[in-house]
Amino acid sequence: MRQRPLSPHIGVYKFAYTMATSIVHRATGVVLSVGLLALAGWLIAAASGPEAYAIAVAILGGAFGQLLLAGWLVAFSYHLFNGLRHLNWDLGRGLEKHEARHSAAIVVVATLLLAGAFIYAAFFAGVPR
Amino acid sequence: MAQLRLPENSRIKRNGKVHKAPAGATNVRTFKVYRYDPSAGDNPRVDTFEVDMDSCGPMVLDALIKIKNEIDPSLTFRRSCREGICGSCAMNIDGTNTLACTKSCGDVKGEVKIYPLPHMPVVKDLVPDLTQFYAQYASVKPWLQSRTPAPPDRERLQAPEEQEKIDRPSACILCACCSTSCPSYWWNGDRYLGPAALLAAYRWIIDSRDDATGERLDALEDPFRLYRCHTIMNCTEACPKDLNPAKAIAEIKLMMAEREHA
Repeated sequence: MRQRPLSPHIGVYKFAYTMATSIVHRATGVVLSVGLLALAGWLIAAASGPEAYAIAVAILGGAFGQLLLAGWLVAFSYHLFNGLRHLNWDLGRGLEKHEARHSAAIVVVATLLLAGAFIYAAFFAGVPR
Repeated sequence: MAQLRLPENSRIKRNGKVHKAPAGATNVRTFKVYRYDPSAGDNPRVDTFEVDMDSCGPMVLDALIKIKNEIDPSLTFRRSCREGICGSCAMNIDGTNTLACTKSCGDVKGEVKIYPLPHMPVVKDLVPDLTQFYAQYASVKPWLQSRTPAPPDRERLQAPEEQEKIDRPSACILCACCSTSCPSYWWNGDRYLGPAALLAAYRWIIDSRDDATGERLDALEDPFRLYRCHTIMNCTEACPKDLNPAKAIAEIKLMMAEREHA
């Protein structure tokens, strides 16, 4: 007998907020893991002496490096707030449909506010670096 | 690992048939329906049916029955009660799993796209093979396990508040809308039990008359069976009976943690 076909799944399912908040949480987790490598590299460079540190600063201080840092700030903010959302769920709270929708919206707004504040402080406010 | 692309034999071919509305019809809706004929040896396709809504009932199931009666008798789907209590006509309508009999055509904008429940082996057209889904349900032993003999003269009594806890979970009709809406179930359905089976497990875990709570939790203490749930919440969003499998699973996880650290 011919093997039965598999019905369409991700290609036809409506990409609702449920899937979006979940996959973005995972993606930002991966992004932050890579960011941790960059942070470790920066610390190693700082410990290795002025020449190595100058290279690290040149890379992270360049336009691409700054863009990466801004991206990590956004990822950090989202992962932080959505992580709190998950912790609350793991306590058995906030799992009704309307609550989960509400908390998703709060996470998005809080992410924009915190990441915006980080980016403003880091790049525009003239905080001594 | 998630296999995002459909296997070769499952990809939808662009050779769907188009059935035009009868001349003179003024209130026409277009239905795009997944078709797979196991005897044809061909890949699945999507047929287009234009239906005159002036001579059709309001629900998606009414349209499917009209199509089967008047346009294409080979269209195959499950249906029985037509009032949302049997769970037979569960399918993916307008991108979301629900029951065709309780989904109003009026709630869908534009073309009404109808697919079988996602990521399941397709028997024919909109009929998925639910063998594994039922086996997973059976695996949670969905029956009363009591160590004490039943009272000889009456049923096992429960306080109203104990009964209240199982009221909602007991209302599950096993339509499989929730499990087949869950990305975790799509990617790991062979080892993850899925929201429907876990909701059933929860229903018996919290039943005050059941004495097998410990064994039931033991059986779920597994990286896949229970813990593949990542609280995506597609299940709760999809449930046509407005139940909350995601919350039931979270409660099971809590009970696991509590007995671990009691």
